[in-house]
Amino acid sequence: MAVGAAAGKRLRRQHNEGSGKLAAVLVSPTMAVLGLVVMYPIIAAFYTSLFQSGERVNAQGFVVQGDDFVGLENYSAMFAGEAADRFFNSLFNTTFFTVTTVLLETVIGVAMALVMHRAFKARGLVRASILVPWAIPTAVSALLWKWIFQPDGVANALLQQQVLWTTEGWQAKVAVIVADVWKTAPFVGLLVLAGLQTIPNEVYEAAKVDGAKSWTQLFRITLPLAKPALLVAVLFRLLDALRMFDLPYVLIGPRKESVEVLAMLAQDEAIETRYGPAAAYSIVLFIYVAVIAFLFVKLLGADVLGATRSQRKKGPKRRKQPRTITNGEAAA
Amino acid sequence: MLARGGALVLALALLAACGNGGSETEKPKNEFTGRGPITFATGKDTSGNRQKQIDQWNKEHPKEKVRIIELPESADQQRQQMVKNAQTKSDAYTVLNLDVVWTAEFAANRWVDPLPENKVDTKGFLQPTIDSATYFNQLYGVPLNSDGGLLYYRKDLLDKAGVSEPPETWADMEAACEKVQKLPQGKDVGCYAGQFEKYEGLTVNFSEAVHSAGGEIVDDKGKVNVDTPEAKKGLDFLVNGVKQGTFPKASVTYMEEESRRAFQSGKLVFMRNWPYVYGLASTEGSSKVKNKFDIAPLPGQDGPGVSSLGGHNVAVSSFAKNKATALDFIEYITAEETQREDLLATSQAPTRASLYEDEELTKKYAYLPTLKESIETAKPRPQAVKYGDVSTAMQEAAYGAMNGEKTSDEALSELETELEELVKK
Repeated sequence: MAVGAAAGKRLRRQHNEGSGKLAAVLVSPTMAVLGLVVMYPIIAAFYTSLFQSGERVNAQGFVVQGDDFVGLENYSAMFAGEAADRFFNSLFNTTFFTVTTVLLETVIGVAMALVMHRAFKARGLVRASILVPWAIPTAVSALLWKWIFQPDGVANALLQQQVLWTTEGWQAKVAVIVADVWKTAPFVGLLVLAGLQTIPNEVYEAAKVDGAKSWTQLFRITLPLAKPALLVAVLFRLLDALRMFDLPYVLIGPRKESVEVLAMLAQDEAIETRYGPAAAYSIVLFIYVAVIAFLFVKLLGADVLGATRSQRKKGPKRRKQPRTITNGEAAA
Repeated sequence: MLARGGALVLALALLAACGNGGSETEKPKNEFTGRGPITFATGKDTSGNRQKQIDQWNKEHPKEKVRIIELPESADQQRQQMVKNAQTKSDAYTVLNLDVVWTAEFAANRWVDPLPENKVDTKGFLQPTIDSATYFNQLYGVPLNSDGGLLYYRKDLLDKAGVSEPPETWADMEAACEKVQKLPQGKDVGCYAGQFEKYEGLTVNFSEAVHSAGGEIVDDKGKVNVDTPEAKKGLDFLVNGVKQGTFPKASVTYMEEESRRAFQSGKLVFMRNWPYVYGLASTEGSSKVKNKFDIAPLPGQDGPGVSSLGGHNVAVSSFAKNKATALDFIEYITAEETQREDLLATSQAPTRASLYEDEELTKKYAYLPTLKESIETAKPRPQAVKYGDVSTAMQEAAYGAMNGEKTSDEALSELETELEELVKK
């Protein structure tokens, strides 16, 4: 028996080793494709960012062709050189838009989800219609808002004064925030709604029995239980907002300091065929987004995984809880 | 004019010439050989007239057919596509329809071929349009159409206010406005607007203001010379216009269409715009100023103003095949008869002087003599290899000053430094 068991173990190990190799073989095409479509462009972009194209003009008026290797000069110009003011301004704008829009969208999105979660007539219609802003392409909705914010547009007619929304200044920032929140709060709402629907009804019944007010229910039950979905929604929005480009570009216009974001700098350089600096801006934006995403997942996202795991573990216990209460009730 | 354009770029180059290799000095080859099908890369053909002309050519030249490649509508995107095509040395585009301000960039990068003088007849074209296609005394394109700024004004309101002649100077214009605004019909009417949003249109309007005040941006020798009292007078015209309310507040958001709409809905006494507005404002159903407006040359500081030159030239891509056919096609597409059809179908400003005196045409387009004057006295925007950056710097200066972020002096001295830097490279 013992011999048999040992043989079985060995067999199993062999089997495991074999399947590990097999797995590696099976997975390798996927890894190769991933390397090709994910890693290669990033490495190529980084490589490009180390060059500047030759832009001298000779005595006959011709451009002297060729790329010069400049090392990290494109980066140092960004952080300390002549482009520094513009870079830090757009870095601030990017961060400012991200913080304000994501905050507003989270609050409004949760509110929308709570409304949509309730049972009422024509709920399907409301849910579908709330998605309309999200379905419109950003550039199109930017044009739409441009029309609303033009000097003789709807916004000014409502406010009864002539605010020049699309010129430089705080009003341009406000316009971008309003348009962005309008567009993406429904997205947050929908993701949160999906989270809300996983909360079992018994929990609320139990809370009602315990005499919890609706505010207590919201903060003690709904939000904590919908948190995983909410965090995913916020993470998505965060990444999206950091890469924001088309909305301020179309709504306010290029090269407007008040709303210039990092992605616009890269595009601006690329238009002028300066691919080195353009790539450098893209790399910096990529790193910025990656760092924020990493921090978010580390600080809050790890919690997401932990919460779901502990939920699964605690699952049976929780399910027991209402039962005990019912038992208690019955006993009473 | 021709010498001036060349001198400017020459000076730019001399500033930058230090350390260039000897390999770049060989003369460019002027071989226009090969016959067969070619392509014509151009902006959107909205009227369908271009296609009609190409069909005509194709019927006459069945072995050398031309295919239109329609590029995006926005000028920036057109340029980007052409640049990409050139950078990959692709032969997909044969004949390029270039905006006049791209000439230096495309020529300096050898993306377009210099045209052989013995095979291209430049006689009969308006001189500034030929200058706009010239780089370092070498012709790189043939003018296809031109464009100049015009002053649109409300003749009905001026008549009522007792102003019989359109204004020649800015002071005249402001005086006329004051009179009009005292009328009961003129109470809510703004005085003047151009294209003051932060884009290429502002570069055009800023150049016009500076030139119309006797200033310059780049001088005859190609040296930047914009930090002068004359240039300041020009910029101050724009700055004070916004500050004192001579220009409506909303005008800093105007591009061509916004200003046209404002004028058409009767909100402006004077407007600077291109000739294309004439047809729309006199026929479109929504126009409230139909038969109530007229046009004049742009006003200036002490007399008539100076327009910025717009328009397009056709050039041959360096990487194309069948260049002999391309030359013939260019001759066809810029011929007097073709331009005449163009003008009738699309009201595009022609580049051939004779068409401006044609009786049938002037009957249909009463603005032609004024437009000719505008084009003949027009000054080009700075001809620079890095035109995009030059234009951005000018927008930055004008927009900042007009929005009160900096004074005219600061804006101009900053612009001077920036342009010097740009011109050096």
